[in-house]
Amino acid sequence: MKLNFKNKKITGMLSILPSNEVMFEDEMHNYSFSEAKSLKLKAAMGFKSKRVVADDKTTGFDLAVAGLDYLFDNNLINKESIDAILFVSQSPEYIMPPTSNVIHGRYELDERVLCLDINQGCAGFVIGLQQAFMLLNNAGINKVLLINADVLSPKVSKFDRNSNPLIGDAAAITIIENSNDDSPIVGEIRMDGKGAMALNVPAGGARMPISEETSLYYVDAFGNKRTKNHLVMQGDNVFNFVQTKVPEQIKNIVDSSEDNIENIDYFLFHQPNRFMLQKLADKIGVARDKLPSNVVENFGNSSGVTIPVVTIFNLGQRLESETFKVCFSGFGVGLTWGTIIMNLGNLDFCKLIYK
Amino acid sequence: MKNKIIEILNGIRPEFDFSENTGFISQGMLDSFDLITLVTELDEAFGISIDGTDILPEHFESVEAIESLLVKNGAK
Repeated sequence: MKLNFKNKKITGMLSILPSNEVMFEDEMHNYSFSEAKSLKLKAAMGFKSKRVVADDKTTGFDLAVAGLDYLFDNNLINKESIDAILFVSQSPEYIMPPTSNVIHGRYELDERVLCLDINQGCAGFVIGLQQAFMLLNNAGINKVLLINADVLSPKVSKFDRNSNPLIGDAAAITIIENSNDDSPIVGEIRMDGKGAMALNVPAGGARMPISEETSLYYVDAFGNKRTKNHLVMQGDNVFNFVQTKVPEQIKNIVDSSEDNIENIDYFLFHQPNRFMLQKLADKIGVARDKLPSNVVENFGNSSGVTIPVVTIFNLGQRLESETFKVCFSGFGVGLTWGTIIMNLGNLDFCKLIYK
Repeated sequence: MKNKIIEILNGIRPEFDFSENTGFISQGMLDSFDLITLVTELDEAFGISIDGTDILPEHFESVEAIESLLVKNGAK
């Protein structure tokens, strides 16, 4: 699906990270690697520390609420101005009701405020932006809250060296509004459901409810130990898909909008690991410092939340007074890959807080 | 170039003799994590960036296959 919008803008971004920090060295004894191998991998992938919830009671909803409380308490947004809430997550509060409705109730929002939950992962920020832009095309919708929140660390086996070293938890709130600025917003979203199981959690849905049997540990062909309640990632397939599809998509968008890749100031991508991102930068033909890859080493990969985190961590305060042309790109679960190129800046707030 | 490749391989998995064997991936001498370290060290040693779409198991099965991959990606 091609995306073409104008007269829309992002006016604020807030990320909420758990205050609990776990170091790679604290867990590397779980992975059946030699210490030398673990340390080489640490350097290549960018494993250092990650932010994960300290207990299994804290959810993505809790992180989102901490952010909303911060915004309301500091008068950065008022309840009456909100027209819609999009909650994008793979760790919703309940099977039913939608988490966005629970948020609506908690803050006693007006009945006219639309609530919508979207089940999306690594491309969840781009999908959320696209949905927000489409909502803003409707009369009466002028301000959308996009909430990306995922607490997936409880869904990852501590003995899975494919996933555990890199998975982090986080939430982000992005405010999207109508604007007089008619600068083009261009992009594309693509899907390939044939690869849907490349990233999956086998048990916990209707197809395979959690049971004693699904909670038994098994060892896969690569020596990873996990249960069927845990995340499974076919890392090789995901890597090849990303290296092939993402550069192609960005080139097509830039070419069809008669733009030039050199005009883009920053490439703010989903953050799977440093190695994959550096290879992407080389493939696209941009300097590695224009495509930051420092989120996994500082916070971990928080699925659909990584694009706000990489944006705020690297450009935070500057985005409150400057404007850049940026390329957002998210890719992963689905398989889904989506890119949006737009101006970003002069935000009312662009902050990172800890809960 | 071959000697440097073998030196890097030996540094990653010293328990195997890479100069005398082939089938590095299919025989389990290298896993996907080793490939990440290998590509990183080859990039650095030869001053190149191996294309991400070339990081496929068949390009790492033997010293000769790795040499071809390096030449394809600009190594001299």
